[in-house]
Amino acid sequence: MLARSIHPEPPTDDLRWKPVIATMRRYGFAQHALIETLHTVQSTFGYQDEVAMRFVAESLRVPLSRVYGVATFYHFFQLKPPGEHTCVVCMGTACYIKGAAHLLEAMEDRWGIKPGETTPDGKVSLLTARCLGSCGLAPAAVLDGTVEAKITPPALLTDVERMSQRAHVRIETEAEEAVTA
Amino acid sequence: MTPESLTQVAEKERASSTPHSLQVCTAAGCVSSGADEVLKALKAEAKARGVACQVKGVGCLGMCQAGPLVAAEPSGHLHKFVTPTDAAEMIAHLGEPPTERLALDADQAFFKRQEKIVLENSGSIDAERIEEYVAAGGYKALAEALSDLTPSLVIKRVTASGLRGRGGAGFPTGVKWATVAKAAGPRKFVVCNADEGDPGAFMDRSVLESDPHRVLEGMAIAAFAVGAHEGYLYVRAEYPLAVKRLKLAIKQAERLGVLGRNILETGFDFHVEVRLGAGAFVCGEETALIASIQGGRGNPRPRPPFPAERGLWHSPTLINNVETFANIPTILRKGAEWFASIGTEKSKGTKVFALAGAIRNTGLVEVPMGITLREIVYDIGGGIPGDRTLKAVQTGGPSGGCIPAEFIDQPVDYETLNKLGSIMGSGGMIVIDDSACMVDVARFFMEFCMTESCGKCVPCRAGTVQIHGLLTKIARGEAGLEDLDRLETLSTMVKRSSLCGLGQSAPNPVLSTLRYFRDEYLAHVVDHRCPAGVCKIAAEGEVIR
Repeated sequence: MLARSIHPEPPTDDLRWKPVIATMRRYGFAQHALIETLHTVQSTFGYQDEVAMRFVAESLRVPLSRVYGVATFYHFFQLKPPGEHTCVVCMGTACYIKGAAHLLEAMEDRWGIKPGETTPDGKVSLLTARCLGSCGLAPAAVLDGTVEAKITPPALLTDVERMSQRAHVRIETEAEEAVTA
Repeated sequence: MTPESLTQVAEKERASSTPHSLQVCTAAGCVSSGADEVLKALKAEAKARGVACQVKGVGCLGMCQAGPLVAAEPSGHLHKFVTPTDAAEMIAHLGEPPTERLALDADQAFFKRQEKIVLENSGSIDAERIEEYVAAGGYKALAEALSDLTPSLVIKRVTASGLRGRGGAGFPTGVKWATVAKAAGPRKFVVCNADEGDPGAFMDRSVLESDPHRVLEGMAIAAFAVGAHEGYLYVRAEYPLAVKRLKLAIKQAERLGVLGRNILETGFDFHVEVRLGAGAFVCGEETALIASIQGGRGNPRPRPPFPAERGLWHSPTLINNVETFANIPTILRKGAEWFASIGTEKSKGTKVFALAGAIRNTGLVEVPMGITLREIVYDIGGGIPGDRTLKAVQTGGPSGGCIPAEFIDQPVDYETLNKLGSIMGSGGMIVIDDSACMVDVARFFMEFCMTESCGKCVPCRAGTVQIHGLLTKIARGEAGLEDLDRLETLSTMVKRSSLCGLGQSAPNPVLSTLRYFRDEYLAHVVDHRCPAGVCKIAAEGEVIR
């Protein structure tokens, strides 16, 4: 009874709140579990909206401002829902030296989106990565979880075109597996 | 598990080896090139033919651009660009030299000129099986430390080895350990900084993916030396494979009794937890990293007090980098004198570099300190591809500088690199050829620091934006000579007055390019042209987006 009054009920009956609550419970609802909890929100929902942030704030008893502060501080947490497909262009030093900026220009010319943006129809999101650690394969891009090595702007556009025509499949990336494991 | 039963585990593992083995590199680079499919195909083929050949995934074999790589043992033959369709041929001709298409010369300088301590097991053991690490001599150093040494003796050995922090700054590791050991407090922590944020560097990632137990063993030894019983491994969430292997390694080590409660039945406890970073470069700074582990924004705080005295949850905290911890087991096993015999007078041991950019052999290399840049670039790296010439070598990422080609014969050690206006850094080494514009390179790094500035102190928050603005103006050919002076003054000011290492080192790429490549800046400012043809120079009256 007491435990129920301390920890708020999830805002909806969406089953995806379960892993979020599980993460908080693993850390005994301690305030320092904030980042770990947001990681779980990110991997299950794909982004952090106000409903999720409010729920996490109440559950961990931290001010909403702090949850928002942390969610906006770290690049890994997205505040907007992602598109059906994602194209991540690596902007690490090796990729930059080998022309990664041209990949972004090509994407902007063809799809009209800059890094961090999604096409109006919600098909494709363009993101950048600080460094994929695949510097030997520069310049590299990741299309729906698959690394494309030594890619040129025309090849990237062809592959993104093909990706955008595929049916939407939710790809469980290794990152998500690792976070939820 | 006692130290004796550890030996039994090692012997059992060694006895179970097959006459042939094929080792498929399953580190990030090769996985990106399709190593998982190659591993599957080879396993299926070996099983179908019923040959006594163990096929296993191993850590980084080093030469990423030729991946997927497969090493054959005991012959030592290396195969490059392997595809699943090569499996039948490789299994049918075990022990024979590979065909010309697949052959990768294992005797070339890239492999022969390296000296491996941190990477000694990379490419030979399966990172997901603790038995293989134990068979390779793993956890022996921890066993020895716990049963035969005292904490102060361990610190003495680490001090005598001359090991310095591999995160970039090069602080003597033994001194740091002694400070934490001396600090008073009921609770102490050991933290491994695996928030490798420098773009163009992937050494720590590779160590964690290829040999995670080495880092855990180093941390446990450190915990014993300083009197800590809790530890955190702060890893980037962008390294999913490393995170997965680390979590698995911790579980295996706890099950075997070399981590957790009552380690090796000596009564010593040490618990390790993985914490995920969330993509903030500043969290590589130790006080910011502490704030992040505690669940907050990664804002640094002024030092002193240093974390060694007041760190995680106000307790004395030892923070070392992945590569630093990875050196510890070998130092204890082979002796401080042995380690100190490698390298230069003030820089001992080896350093792992992620070699990339305009170079033939990109990948991960471990070289003795004091080796010249020429040996790294031309012997190990195989030189510059095409008919291009070397312009500079960039070390230390956004915190480092560009060393021009004229200093190619200088030795790589902490002092020399500092003198040249760069830093050792964590190990990113980007080779730049004459197709790159140094103003553009400086602008790239400044954009990085500007975005990554946490915003807490004014010099860094406002200064990086202003420096970036000036560099953009110069790149467009819209700047005057007075802007160059302004750039220099501002850079020096940000360097001197920022709160933490991020701001203090952010101007380094600008200052070092101004120092060595001033002519390129002048070409943009005076002649309104970019010598390398990289920057878009504005025509009279034109506005560039």
